[in-house]
Amino acid sequence: MSICAFNRVLVAIVPLALMLLLSLSAEIAQGQVDTFEFDTPEQQQRFRRLSDEFRCPMCQNTSLSGSTGGVAEDLRREVHRMIVEGLTDAEIEQFMFERYGDFIFYKPRLTRETLLLWFGPLLFLGLGGFVVVRIWRNAQNNAPEIGELDDAEQRRLERLAAETTRLKDRS
Amino acid sequence: MGRAGAFLPVALFLGLAIVMWRGLYLDSKELPSMLIDKPMPSFAKVTVDELPVDNAALPNEPFLLNVWGSYCLPCLVEHPTFMRLSESGTIPIVGVNYRDQRELALNWLEDNGNPYAFSILDESGRFGIDLGVYGAPETYLVDSEGVIRYRHVSVLDETVWREVFEPAIAELRAEEAQ
Repeated sequence: MSICAFNRVLVAIVPLALMLLLSLSAEIAQGQVDTFEFDTPEQQQRFRRLSDEFRCPMCQNTSLSGSTGGVAEDLRREVHRMIVEGLTDAEIEQFMFERYGDFIFYKPRLTRETLLLWFGPLLFLGLGGFVVVRIWRNAQNNAPEIGELDDAEQRRLERLAAETTRLKDRS
Repeated sequence: MGRAGAFLPVALFLGLAIVMWRGLYLDSKELPSMLIDKPMPSFAKVTVDELPVDNAALPNEPFLLNVWGSYCLPCLVEHPTFMRLSESGTIPIVGVNYRDQRELALNWLEDNGNPYAFSILDESGRFGIDLGVYGAPETYLVDSEGVIRYRHVSVLDETVWREVFEPAIAELRAEEAQ
C-alpha cells in the first residue's frame, strides 16, 4: 500500500473512530449503574422512566439517572424505595414536588405559574405567523398593476429602446 | 399597517430585550424552597456526638439551620461567620451534618471550631431530602415555632449576613415580640 493510499484510509477511519468513541462515552454518561433490585421488570422500567423524568436539583441540566451528584444518588434510592413499597407514580411525583417544587420535573406540571412555560412558544409562533401574514397581505395589496400601455406610452417605449440601441452601438 | 402597527416590532423588541436582560442577571442556582412558611420536617435522629435528638430539641427562639459537611469547601469559607455569631451569642445555630462521615465531621469541628448548638447527623442524606436540600452549604432561618422562614443557598459570608440575614432576623424578632 502506498503512503498516499494509507493516508486516505486514515482520513476515512479517524473520524469514524472518533465518532464511535464519542458515542460510547455518551453511552457511559447516560446512566449511573444501578445496583437496585426490583421484584418485577415493570418496577425496574418504572424506575428507569421516573429517574429520567426527574431533574437532579444540584446539577440542573442532568436527570436523576444521569447524575453523579450526591443528592441525585439519594433521590434515586428514594425512588427505588417508593416503587418497591408500592407507591404510584403520582404519589412519587407528589413526594418530589413537596420537597423540590416544579423544578424537579423535566416536564413541569400545568399550573398558573408554568402556563407561560408551556404555551409561551405557541404564543410566539402565533405572533410570528400574524406578522408573516400581515407582511404577505401588504405585499399583495401594494403590488404594482401591470396594465396595457396606451399609444403615447408605447411610442415613448419604442423611442427609448431605439435610443438605447443607438448608444450601445456607438460604444 | 396603521401607525400603531409600525411601532409593534419596536415594542416587541423592547419587551424581549428587557426580559432577556433580566434573565442575564438571574441566578439559576437560587431555587425557591418549597418549605418556606412550613414547619421543619419532623426528625428523630442522633447528633454527631451520638446523642438522640428530635424536633423538641430545637431552640425556642429564631435560629439558623446550617447544612454542612467536612468535604465542603464553601462551608469552610462561611465558617468564620458562624463562629463569630456563636461566640457573640447573636443567634443559636443548629447544624445538619449532611452526607458526611461522623469521624470526619468530628475532626472538622475539632480543627475549625464548633459554632453549633448541636449538629444533626444525616449520613444518608434522607433528612436533607425532607428539607429539600440539594447540596451543602445551605442555611435556613427558622422561627421560634419551628417554621422555616427563609433559605439561603451557598456561602453565608459577612456580606450576606449583613444584607440578608441581619434584617430578616430583626424583622422576625420584631414580629414575634408583638
